[in-house]
Amino acid sequence: MPPRFTPKVVTANALLDGDAVWLTEDDHWSPLMSRAELITDEAHADLRLLQAKARASEIAGAYLADARLGADGPEPVHFREAFRTRGPSNYPHGKQVETPPQT
Amino acid sequence: MYVYNDFDETFVRTRVAQFRGQVERRIDGSLTEDEFKPLRLMNGLYLQLHAYMLRVAVPYGTLNPAQMRQLAMIADRWDKGYGHFTTRQNIQYNWPKLGDVPDMLEALADVGMHAIQTSGNTIRNVTADHFAGAAADEIEDPRAIAELLRQWSTDHPEFQFLPRKFKIAVTGAAADRAVTRAHDIGLVVVRNDAGEVGYQVIVGGGLGRTPMVGKVLRDFVSKADLLPYVEAIVSVYNLLGRRDNKYKARIKITLHENGIETIRDLVEDRFNAIRAGFGGYDQTLLAEIEKSFAPPAFVTKATDGYEAARLANPAFRSWTDTNLSAHKAAGYAIVSISIKKHGATPGDATSDQMRVMAELADRYGHGELRISHEQNVILPHVHQSDLPAVYAALRKADLATANIGLASDIIACPGMDYCALATARSIPIAQQIATRFDELKIEHDVGPLKIKISGCINACGHHHVGHIGILGLDRAGVENYQITLGGDGSEMTTIGERAGPGFSADDIVPAIERLVTGYLDLRRDPSETFLQTYRRLGLAPFKTLLYPSEDKADAA
Repeated sequence: MPPRFTPKVVTANALLDGDAVWLTEDDHWSPLMSRAELITDEAHADLRLLQAKARASEIAGAYLADARLGADGPEPVHFREAFRTRGPSNYPHGKQVETPPQT
Repeated sequence: MYVYNDFDETFVRTRVAQFRGQVERRIDGSLTEDEFKPLRLMNGLYLQLHAYMLRVAVPYGTLNPAQMRQLAMIADRWDKGYGHFTTRQNIQYNWPKLGDVPDMLEALADVGMHAIQTSGNTIRNVTADHFAGAAADEIEDPRAIAELLRQWSTDHPEFQFLPRKFKIAVTGAAADRAVTRAHDIGLVVVRNDAGEVGYQVIVGGGLGRTPMVGKVLRDFVSKADLLPYVEAIVSVYNLLGRRDNKYKARIKITLHENGIETIRDLVEDRFNAIRAGFGGYDQTLLAEIEKSFAPPAFVTKATDGYEAARLANPAFRSWTDTNLSAHKAAGYAIVSISIKKHGATPGDATSDQMRVMAELADRYGHGELRISHEQNVILPHVHQSDLPAVYAALRKADLATANIGLASDIIACPGMDYCALATARSIPIAQQIATRFDELKIEHDVGPLKIKISGCINACGHHHVGHIGILGLDRAGVENYQITLGGDGSEMTTIGERAGPGFSADDIVPAIERLVTGYLDLRRDPSETFLQTYRRLGLAPFKTLLYPSEDKADAA
């Protein structure tokens, strides 16, 4: 039996400011991971990644990241992805202070 | 200091204009990221975890006050009001917007700076002893040759697509302050038996995944032969270096796999083939460059005020004990400004601090500043009589921490707070260690101690050559920190030994504390440094300090 597929989100950096963004179900790039589409099917994940990569004028460096369903939506599994939802730990910079617009 | 000539100016401006067009085409969608990435990397622009990062070269770590003020202006206008000085004597901006980068590069060009070849498989920023031109123990200022190497390597048509990145360091003194033995090529200024100045050429050093200490390829290369000889080395590497596996592509592996004799023979052959082609033009150029590195007009003044201030002010005395180094000119000192305030991010300076340092260089420092690979800023030429005023100004700017060379003077890479390659964070560990030693008030008693932290195996934080090295790794989805001991980046370069299993983020700071307080009991007397004690006793007693419970388990 193939190993169980770990749910994924499609994530990237916004082209203009490099901010971490996540692909939503309705094809927007959200600065909030909780708004991302949580993908539980491997074939669908591959397809969504291809679609994301095609949007070259909006983002750079799209990839699939492990995620799990939390109270408000998808949450990071790995600490690297958790840092991307917040910003650096040495200064109050990035998402932790720049409340992103509700997109 | 070297000032751009018309050729440099035109070249840098043309490159900025090219990159402006490339950014425009990327934003309007005519370039894909795959097409754009090599272009942005050639110009020092990375994409990291939260934003872009622009890495600006500070050639051989030398800046004038106008350049430092411009770096401050760039930080204010297009970033978040600070910059991060790195172990390659560069400065990094962590928050630029893609559309602003061409303007940032234009602003750099205005003061004779650029970000070219701060990334990619090219010859990177040539680093040098940060005390160059000032150190009492120096044979010759290594910056002229470093500038010649910068001009030669910039956009060198043969070396834009090397098997891997290539790093060169130069030092002018026997005391190696430029970690030359951990570079692809390390150049050490030496004198031969006839008293002529030349270079010992060291090849194949490097840290990273496979740390190696460089080997001497030639004991003496004359000044006239240096450029063709270095070109011969890079040329041989360009053909022989592996391109099938990026982890085996650095020259240290080429040297290891082919043997130094083979490399030496190939280099000599190549050198003999190309030497005549240089035709002496490089020497004409070098003679011009050397003029621009003529020493400043040192003055003779009384130093009584300095001595009196030392007696009157214990804080000033403590700072002079740790942050000054011997200068070649009588009455002068080299000032190391610590960018390592306890609890702050190693290597970060605010724009206000940059302006204060620029001002001090103008008023008291013959208009010179240096960035050290240990992530501090140097005022290389300060008269002792001016030290009280310099100290007072630094204190006001929160720049007077008296910890150069001590436990809290930690090198740390940006780690996973910024870097996309990192496997763990470095900065918070450095902050916590420095804060803890400040609380304990023991670092002056502990004495010289180099702690170096990298957030991944690539070793930007030079952990392999730290007396205590810390490597941050991802162990099953948790940050884990491995300790190496006994490393040394000096002329006695040694790769540190791995002490044992890693520590969690919560346990690493207490582990370092056990090591350092334990050393105080192990040392023969207060003059025996941590590294000397380690060399005398070996790993075992330090291992016992690090893993006390295991010892108990063994005993039971």
